[in-house]
Amino acid sequence: MSLELETAVHPENLRRVAIEPVSRVEGHGKVTLLLDENNKVHQVRLHIVEFRGFERFIQGRPYWEVPVMVQRLCGICPVSHHLAASKALDMILGAKLTPTAEKLRRLMHYGQILQSHALHFFHLASPDLLFGFGADVATRNVVGVIAAAPEVAKKGVLLRKYGQEVIRLTAGKRVHGTGTVPGGVNKSLSVAERDLLLKDIYQMVTWSREAVQIIKGLFAQNLAAYNAFGRFRSHSMSLIRADGAMDLYHGGLRARDMDGKTLFDHFDYARYWDVITEGVKSWSYMKFPFFKSLGEEAGWYRVGPLARVANCDFIPTPLADKERVEFLAYDGGSVAGATLGYHWARMIEMLHAAESIKDLLHDDDILGSDLMAKGERQERGVGVIEAPRGTLIHHYRVNEDDQVIRANLIVSTTHNNQPMNEAIRQVARQYLDGNEVTEGLLNHIEVAIRCFDPCLSCATHALGQMPLEVELVAADGTVASRLAKGSDGTFCR
Amino acid sequence: MTGRILVFGWGNPSRGDDALGPLFVERIEALQLPGVDCLTDFQLQVEHALDLYGRDRILFVDASLEAAPPFAVERIAAAKDASFTTHAMTPQAVLQVYVELEDGDPPPTWLLAISGERYELGEGLGAAAQRNLEAALAWAADWLVAGQPD
Repeated sequence: MSLELETAVHPENLRRVAIEPVSRVEGHGKVTLLLDENNKVHQVRLHIVEFRGFERFIQGRPYWEVPVMVQRLCGICPVSHHLAASKALDMILGAKLTPTAEKLRRLMHYGQILQSHALHFFHLASPDLLFGFGADVATRNVVGVIAAAPEVAKKGVLLRKYGQEVIRLTAGKRVHGTGTVPGGVNKSLSVAERDLLLKDIYQMVTWSREAVQIIKGLFAQNLAAYNAFGRFRSHSMSLIRADGAMDLYHGGLRARDMDGKTLFDHFDYARYWDVITEGVKSWSYMKFPFFKSLGEEAGWYRVGPLARVANCDFIPTPLADKERVEFLAYDGGSVAGATLGYHWARMIEMLHAAESIKDLLHDDDILGSDLMAKGERQERGVGVIEAPRGTLIHHYRVNEDDQVIRANLIVSTTHNNQPMNEAIRQVARQYLDGNEVTEGLLNHIEVAIRCFDPCLSCATHALGQMPLEVELVAADGTVASRLAKGSDGTFCR
Repeated sequence: MTGRILVFGWGNPSRGDDALGPLFVERIEALQLPGVDCLTDFQLQVEHALDLYGRDRILFVDASLEAAPPFAVERIAAAKDASFTTHAMTPQAVLQVYVELEDGDPPPTWLLAISGERYELGEGLGAAAQRNLEAALAWAADWLVAGQPD
């Protein structure tokens, strides 16, 4: 677990390259590289401005408002924040959910996993995978995918749409839903709503299976390159069910080291701070979580689909579990350690989500009327779920006046901060050393970052935003070359 | 029943003037105009192309740093771009997705860009943005009822 390439020995003699998506709010997912006169890479850093102001945004509010408010933290995964907050506030209420409430929340969550993973694979990642990491940017986009493989792309759109429908029907609205509340849910499904979802779910399972075959086929065609791309060794962490099954909604924390040895297992996430803490680095606004027992330099870990699929003992739906077994055994287990293996694992999870939705739709508890539970009021609550991008922690303290007086959030992308840095350092070594920076090479960096599906920019935007700018700055400070991407995706020098 | 006109605004209601899109839609929806459907979301994505099916006209509404106050309106067309690199697509790219999926032209579409200035988390709508919103709503009342502007 070295931190090689994190800090150059003599940065003053090196050229600086900055890859900087300038966005107005969360924005600043920025990559900087320091190169010597021979374009050898000496330093690579990914800086991401965290969701600053989250905690302040929440503090002082009545606790029952929080599950709705937190959806506005992030436009990409509002449902994750909605559910994690509700789980934390269940603990504040001392509530043990009714079967109807828990199953409806799970349904909502699997709907979100389905739509998020479908969007990422079919429309954010597949342009790179189908056309090549350095392909012409004019075709390397979702429209190019639709033109080249219209049926595949259309299935991606419809999978995404189906997941959104699950969210709409369980949350009450397409966006800003109020479906989950502290202690339960505020609505169940009607028979008509259940039947509406049942009508298409078998198609979604079929298409999800096909998606696994697509990524499996891409690996088969490009095995050596995919295995090597941005590869690094890492510990991992995810929630796990009591029997060792993958569970994206609830469980204990399981951590394994890079050799697969268990570091802790079924750990009660209500005391996550006993095993995880966060480091800071002067060059990034985003913190660097690590396992306390291993220390900051050696204790960082990855989360998300790759960690989850590799960490669990089995997936509790048959089709996805069959794919998990094949994934872990593929090429002697090499793919499970590949950064691009995130894509394969993500599709296995999408299949698991589709199967889980199917199972829940056949469970009459989701039509029930016992929606709320109460218990003994607590001062502190912690809610953890496995969001599409990884482990999401919400932690609140609520005073006697029902106001939130402390909030702490550790989002998935924060857990993956160091792993993303490791991935781009590997890519820099593999592709940038000795080469002039081009859009195609720049995209290799983005491809590595994209494997993690990070939340670099989301909840707000306006017309004309999201450019991407790269500058080569010589040691004397002059700009040697510049490459910019406009909001319409066009590049200019 | 799908309305013949779709008004689709996007933005985050808790990020200051970014709320302009959703607030505009909220106000139009309250008018309960016949044949007008209203939708909002945090940002545009591929599946929104499916919301465009069967419409006569579409009005996209967003906050804008670039539009001169109070607002700017333009007819937009499908266009290929690389907005796939973020989780938010441009309206032109969404129209292009429609073209590719349907193998045909999307409904006539206008983009209403309401001028906004402040976008911090937890902020409310600014006074200037409020004025711009009212002006945009006044314009839209005619557009929705009278027909298509040039």
